Amino acid sequence: MGTAAFGLIALVILGSALGLVLKRNPIHGALFLVVNLGGIAALYLTLGAEFLAAAQVIVYAGAIMVLFVFAIMILIPGKEETGPDPRRGYRLVAIPVGVALLAELGLIAARRVGTASGPGGPAGVEAMGRLLFTDYLLPFELTSVLLLAAMVGVMLLSRRRT
Amino acid sequence: MVPESYYLALSAMLFAIGVVGVIVRRNPLVIFMSIELALNAANLALVAFGHRHGTADGQALVFFVMAVAAAEVAVGLAIIVVIFRARHRLSVDDLNLMRW
Repeated sequence: MGTAAFGLIALVILGSALGLVLKRNPIHGALFLVVNLGGIAALYLTLGAEFLAAAQVIVYAGAIMVLFVFAIMILIPGKEETGPDPRRGYRLVAIPVGVALLAELGLIAARRVGTASGPGGPAGVEAMGRLLFTDYLLPFELTSVLLLAAMVGVMLLSRRRT
Repeated sequence: MVPESYYLALSAMLFAIGVVGVIVRRNPLVIFMSIELALNAANLALVAFGHRHGTADGQALVFFVMAVAAAEVAVGLAIIVVIFRARHRLSVDDLNLMRW
């Protein structure tokens, strides 16, 4: 049962990831990425990470993807990738690079991780909240500074020069 | 219970697809979305490792990755908009000013 659900979600995730890379229209790519992020949120749920699943839907599939769709609408792209590719030779290198990367990651995972299982078990929302406000308190506070700096930087960058 | 190695295999495939997307696409927005894909693959691996150890450390790390990714997306999209205003074209092949 669990394996079947995992397989189904994994198929959706891989299919939407391929759709993002292969579809020419960036708005289609953005919608595929929303599906992909939703699927990953579902996988977080199967791993017992409820808070991250909610945060994934709110922050990624919600806020970040809205930002992406806004940018795509503003920039009206879609014409850039219609003509023949002037650097086709370079871009085809991507296929062996991808295969080699996948083989490498698989090798590392197979040698270092294997299939044996550790103590295991999910860590709930309570454990994560406790950890965030004790061991990771300083990085947690620094995150707010980072977000503030990004906000000010974006406003400065996107301001029209007068 | 699905073993964590399945999640790691899926994460590896997603990461590879993301890297291929960064290389093959010409539109900086799609390249950016491919980077997000690779980031999410890494997040999935972190949550799987955390699940295996039975601690919440992996989840805390993913929380920080999400926050940094949000900041990164905002700044990156602003840079892309500024480039588009200056050049009225949007292809990474045009941005070769600093290339030797």
